[in-house]
Amino acid sequence: MDFSVVDLSRLQFALTALYHFLFVPLTLGLSFMLVIMESLYVMTNRPIWRVVTRFWAKIFGINFVLGVATGLTMEFQFGTNWSYFSQYVGDVFGAPLAIEGLMAFFLEATFVGLMFFGWEKLSKRQHLFVTFMVAVGTNLSALWILIANGWMQNPVGARFNTDTMRMEVTDFGAVLFNPVAQAKFVHTVSAGYVIASVLVLGVSAFYLLKGRWTQFAKRSMTVAAAFGLASSLSVVVLGDESGYALTDNQKMKLAAIEAAWHTAPAPAGMTLIGLPDFETRTTRYQVEVPWVLGLIATRSVSGEVTGMSELVLKAHERITSGQIAYQAVQVLKHTPTDPAARAAFEMHKRDLGYALLLKRYVADPATATPAMIDTAAWDTVPSVPLMFWSFRAMAGIGFLMIALFTAAFLISTARRHERYRWFLRIAVAAIPLPWLAAELGWVVAELGRQPWAIDGVLPTFLATSSLTPALLITTIVGFTCLYGTLAVIEVRLILAAIAHGPIEDMPEPAPVSTLPIPQLAA
Amino acid sequence: MAFLDYEVLRLIWWALLGVLLIGFAITDGFDLGVAALLPFIARGDVERRLVINAVAPTWEGNQVWFILGGGAIFAAWPLVYAISFSGFYLAMFLVLAALILRPVAFKYRSKSPDPKWRARWDWALFVSGLVPALVFGVAVGNVLQGAPFKIDDDLRATYVGGLLGLFTPFTLVCGLLSVAMLVLHGSAWLAVKVEHGAVHYRARAVGAGAAIVSLALFAIGWGFVAHGTGYAVEGSADALGASNPTRMTTVVETGAWLANYGRHPWMMIAPILGFGGTALALSGILFRREAAALAGSSLAAAGIIATVGVSMFPFILPSSIDAHSSLTVWNASSSASTLALMLGVTVVFLPIVLLYTAWAYRVMFGRVTTAQVVANVDLY
Ligand code: HDD
Ligand code: HEM
Ligand code: HEM
Repeated sequence: MDFSVVDLSRLQFALTALYHFLFVPLTLGLSFMLVIMESLYVMTNRPIWRVVTRFWAKIFGINFVLGVATGLTMEFQFGTNWSYFSQYVGDVFGAPLAIEGLMAFFLEATFVGLMFFGWEKLSKRQHLFVTFMVAVGTNLSALWILIANGWMQNPVGARFNTDTMRMEVTDFGAVLFNPVAQAKFVHTVSAGYVIASVLVLGVSAFYLLKGRWTQFAKRSMTVAAAFGLASSLSVVVLGDESGYALTDNQKMKLAAIEAAWHTAPAPAGMTLIGLPDFETRTTRYQVEVPWVLGLIATRSVSGEVTGMSELVLKAHERITSGQIAYQAVQVLKHTPTDPAARAAFEMHKRDLGYALLLKRYVADPATATPAMIDTAAWDTVPSVPLMFWSFRAMAGIGFLMIALFTAAFLISTARRHERYRWFLRIAVAAIPLPWLAAELGWVVAELGRQPWAIDGVLPTFLATSSLTPALLITTIVGFTCLYGTLAVIEVRLILAAIAHGPIEDMPEPAPVSTLPIPQLAA
Repeated sequence: MAFLDYEVLRLIWWALLGVLLIGFAITDGFDLGVAALLPFIARGDVERRLVINAVAPTWEGNQVWFILGGGAIFAAWPLVYAISFSGFYLAMFLVLAALILRPVAFKYRSKSPDPKWRARWDWALFVSGLVPALVFGVAVGNVLQGAPFKIDDDLRATYVGGLLGLFTPFTLVCGLLSVAMLVLHGSAWLAVKVEHGAVHYRARAVGAGAAIVSLALFAIGWGFVAHGTGYAVEGSADALGASNPTRMTTVVETGAWLANYGRHPWMMIAPILGFGGTALALSGILFRREAAALAGSSLAAAGIIATVGVSMFPFILPSSIDAHSSLTVWNASSSASTLALMLGVTVVFLPIVLLYTAWAYRVMFGRVTTAQVVANVDLY
């Protein structure tokens, strides 16, 4: 096994996915805010709402194209870089991706053209309908991709088929209604709504501080405050905890987030801060809040939170059980009807993936030494400090957001938008925070899943394509240069659009021809 | 759905794969062609904007055919998805890099009046049209030739060969044919969509040239295929068997890709459509029947793609180094349940997609004019 190919593939996936997710959440949230703003325009018929809608639509457009551009890479990256993954789980995992294209991408991409080009050609109501369809499309796309991603965390409704050497669907309903996917969907789209609200709030605050476009800014701020308060409550209250009891890997993630090295008696306390140390498997200088973890993780005061050491013991058992399943598969590969092997496989198949963890150390897992099994069992622990700190930063930002939007809501319902300048400054400064939280959220979710690509089924280090490090470095450098350039351009364009403010665009610099230059609409 | 056994499902998904590729070539194909033509067919900013706005409102929806193609191959032909995209790794990177430029170029070009800024995005658009068109053709050529990969008994694929190995005289012919076909299609679109004026006339001239080149390259390609390497299945394949290439006892021998036409003469419809469509496009351009030209270039794209499909049947991706690893309709599909489920979803949603796409085109119906381009603030 060539580890640098694995590491480079992971690096490339992490870079491209985290980059894609800079644009995605703004699209998710801003599309719905546009629906709200445009509905207000259609209902009140006041031109100011049209100005509001069109300004934010412009920002939306600049952001949207990069979401599309970077999404293209993602769609094909499973095939290019994770070829064994694609073969191993494509029967299950491919379906939500294909349905996403058919149900969501066509919708958003077709209607987004009309949204930008249809102002003159559609009636007001028709245009609102078009904007609504874009919002529905983007949010449906989040649903389907998170069903795919949720299945990687909790691979329900599928079994290993020894005839085809891959996972196959047994119950598509279970894949669809996977509780992990549902929790992820709610949390992730709420995160998108928070991000969009913070941007709208911050930019409006900026205008109010500068005393420019104040009518426009007050209205935008009011929408952002209300939408943002609801979304920040939703992102925190409907956090992702509901999926944590479901699989050993999810339990491990929770234990790592909490640096819970050992099972604590119920109700577990939550470590607020501390220094987790993998070598000694302890957390130093910890400050603990009693009961809270038990409440968050198990929603009760009597449930236990299983510690990492205990989970590693369990992984140990599952690896030895998996070895039997693995041996059975070797027989069934060539003699599919062998009854003894079939029986052994049926008994131990749910641990097959655990045996594959040994492939890191030995070609044939059946011949692993006890020391290898021990190391492989400890491999199931993700990076504890990373989990611990990323989670705390995300959650901390979550509580900050609630405070921010509560204040914004009070201020804007009292119609005192311009009065508290310190608040306006904070609102501007807060703009990058929810992006940071969202990126850290993915770090928690995806690095917390390690060493698995598919929880308990397929280790990440087996999932790659037959590539060379040189090829991967080429594409990583290529994507980084391309993405880096585009990022600089997009940020500049958004800043320019904000500086330019909500007046309608100048249509055209004087063309070389003698055509008349149109008058600007007020 | 008892009448839909595994064999029928696999056949349907083989056909749907063709439908998707043809859908992509017909819709997004003219966007690619138009982009590749941009620097040559339009002089000065107003003309360039005429060309850009002829595709601007609809290209994004068209691109989804490409994305859906990726997703559908993943869901229905996971082995094909896994092996082809990792095998053609750098080629795929080139396509993605080019296609990443496209949305950005469309949107950002109009954000500044600076001629240098706009000229740079025009070249970006050119690259985003030409590179994918060329690489897709070269890739199809390589699929016809067979790709150098092997599958072990864990079904892990190993691929030998690099980017430069993809370019041979035959695959270059395929690549150029793909460019010519899409340029023809793009010019036919411009002829329909742009007001009568310099751009419109240049598009017709370019289109006529592209049609003649297409006809020639299609004929040359046919010649290569008739005399070159092909693959054939010896004995009868198990159409109901497990999707596991290593388990199938299909021996592959070098034969001819044209054998299918002898067995099933109706398959000749595909190449006939390829030649006939191109000829129709050419005469439509010459006799100023623009709608007929566009219909012709669409039929040509459909015919040429279908020709590749039916010539290779039942192969999807033959291996040039290991007969047992070749992927066929019978050994590379998803399970019957996934195929059935995805078929259900497609039957429900594809018509809906086509309906609202048609509506979007209707809203944007009519020629783009200089007056509009200059006056309308929403245009690029
Ligand atoms: C939670 C939301 C979410 C997540 C986790 C992802 N995406 Fe995404 N994606 C979107 C939400 C989204 C979106 C909101 O629908 C986008 C962003 C901006 C946009 O234009 O649409 C989009 C665009 C987008 C596009 C272009 C669609 C078009 O042309 O309209 C593709 C092909 C993908 N994505 C594919 C992926 C893949 C394969 C992912 C997984 C690795 C992925 N996305 C993660
Ligand atoms: C757009 C939001 C996403 C972000 C920011 C994100 C982030 C990451 C990160 C940081 C990694 C690297 C983890 C590591 O290897 O150490 C990763 C890996 C991966 N993610 Fe995600 N992810 C996102 C969405 C998804 C989705 C929706 C899927 C599946 C549908 C997915 C599938 C994968 C796969 C296959 C890998 C590589 C294998 C692995 O490391 O397990 N990701 N992602
Ligand atoms: C108290 C507040 C919060 C809590 C308790 C919380 C909880 C979590 C947890 C446990 C995960 C990991 C999910 C997994 O392992 O699969 C997660 C992921 C994530 N979080 Fe948070 N979060 C909070 C605030 C936020 C905020 C403010 C944002 C952004 C605005 C955010 C965005 C995300 C994203 C994008 C993910 C990855 C997607 C997912 O797995 O759902 N979170 N969150």
